[in-house]
Amino acid sequence: MSKGAGGRRRGGAWAYVAIAPFVLFALFPFYYMIVTSLKGDPELYNLDAIPYWISEGATLRHYAFLLTETLFPRWFANTLFVSALTVVVSVIVGILAAYAVARLRFRGVATFGVGIFITYLVPPALLFIPLAIIVTQLGLSDTPWALILTYPTFLVPFNTWLLMGYFRTIPREIEECALIDGCNRLQTLLRVVLPVALPGIVCAILFSFTFAWNEFLYSLVFVSSGVKKTITVGVTSELIRGDIYFWGSLMAGGIIGAVPIVVAYVFFLDYYVSGLTGGAVKG
Amino acid sequence: MRALSSEAAAGYGFIAPAAVLIVGLIGFPFGLALWFSVTETWVGRPGPFVGLANFVRLAGNGTFQLTLVNSLLYTIGAVALKAVLGFILALLLLRITRFEKLIRGAILLPFVIPTALSTLAWWWMFEPTYSVLNWTGRALGLLTSDVPWLSDPTLARSAIIVVNVWRGLPFFAITILAGLVAIPQEYYEAAETDGAGAWQRFRNVTLPLVKPVLGIVVLFSTILTMADFNIVYLMTRGGPMNSTHLFSTLAHQSGMTSGRLSEGAAISLFLFPLLVLIVIVQLRLVRRQTAYE
Repeated sequence: MSKGAGGRRRGGAWAYVAIAPFVLFALFPFYYMIVTSLKGDPELYNLDAIPYWISEGATLRHYAFLLTETLFPRWFANTLFVSALTVVVSVIVGILAAYAVARLRFRGVATFGVGIFITYLVPPALLFIPLAIIVTQLGLSDTPWALILTYPTFLVPFNTWLLMGYFRTIPREIEECALIDGCNRLQTLLRVVLPVALPGIVCAILFSFTFAWNEFLYSLVFVSSGVKKTITVGVTSELIRGDIYFWGSLMAGGIIGAVPIVVAYVFFLDYYVSGLTGGAVKG
Repeated sequence: MRALSSEAAAGYGFIAPAAVLIVGLIGFPFGLALWFSVTETWVGRPGPFVGLANFVRLAGNGTFQLTLVNSLLYTIGAVALKAVLGFILALLLLRITRFEKLIRGAILLPFVIPTALSTLAWWWMFEPTYSVLNWTGRALGLLTSDVPWLSDPTLARSAIIVVNVWRGLPFFAITILAGLVAIPQEYYEAAETDGAGAWQRFRNVTLPLVKPVLGIVVLFSTILTMADFNIVYLMTRGGPMNSTHLFSTLAHQSGMTSGRLSEGAAISLFLFPLLVLIVIVQLRLVRRQTAYE
């Protein structure tokens, strides 16, 4: 039986009309953020000015303020450092574990697989308090290492789960040839399996990077000095002083902070979609 | 025999790093949370064993009771809206053939952008004085005074649900869409031959076949929504009058801000029964699907 496009009809204009409110709902906050970040303060805080667009000329003042008068460049660098390291570590650990679960037979592998599934569902909100104590005991509190150590707790189960699915789709035969030729398991994994599973690896890297870049709770709890913060925490805590909100720079910070994710997203949209749906549809 | 043992050796070697991580940084902290919750521990001061005293005290605490109600309202409200709107959106996306990628990309955007940062945009839209919503209401003559979006309990609760729906809707829509696309076209042709109308085709073909996917998405989203932190922490800090606190924000306030580790850990642990329930149901669903294949 062929897999069809379930009940797919060529949509009339009504489908576009009906989807417009959804698109508007999804995009308006971003549009409004951009408009706010480009407005001068007099217009921004003028209650009679139309908020939907810029009437008195666009300005880059908020961006300049953000980049020169705040710690934003440091936060950006910190986030990049933490994300890059955690992605490398958690993708490698995930590849090894996923290959073992998908391919190798040994005592305890089924239990380990269930363990991965359970930890994949554990939300960070469940463990941040004991983790804060562990991080402090290890002397890592208020350093990027606190995050590099703890981010893999949600990235490794995710990557393992995602990659297990990819590895299972690779025919066993190609591995068996390599094994007969005298490769050991690690060599087989590196030379034969990984090149074929490349789309899955790209997907794992992409999601890990997004999760690490977007993380908020652990970063808020484990890192406290201004210079060591990541973007999500820095922008939302250090740009607000008492009752004074720098709305223009807040929005500018939100936009620059999202740029790396948007760039990755534009280039790899299909990977995002397959990663998102893979888990649920394949079960 | 030798090949078997080398396979096992490779297996243990390969899972070792992940296993160490899971035991050391998920299993051990979980044990620590359990221990904190049955002792009287403060930051920097280990305390004596007190049994279930922390849980008993929480059960009688008005703020905690309110948090329990908030969590249920927030989770049920947001997940129900995401499921219904996500289904509608998926059905619409299925009918979009031109600009397909562009529209999908736009729809998916709220899900990939850092929530902490996009929540700032919503916070600004709900800002009491400069709210774009109030401005629009005044301009259209619908409002005479400013609506206090985040300082009225009911409005604040609705506002955080709206933001959660905004962020989570793409996940529902894209996943349900994948479920819809996987339905074999023949089923629809057969139903049509039998004289089934559009509604009957939806009720008797689409709905039952998408149900498993919908079930998994709803379960997955339930745990993520109930364990949500960013939106509430940034928009209301649990206020006004604790009317928007979730387990995570109350645990953060109690355990981190006030240093009551035991109480904070006990509050967080209320997420655990839900997690267990969802793991059991999901594992059963996965097994049943595998059995069919």
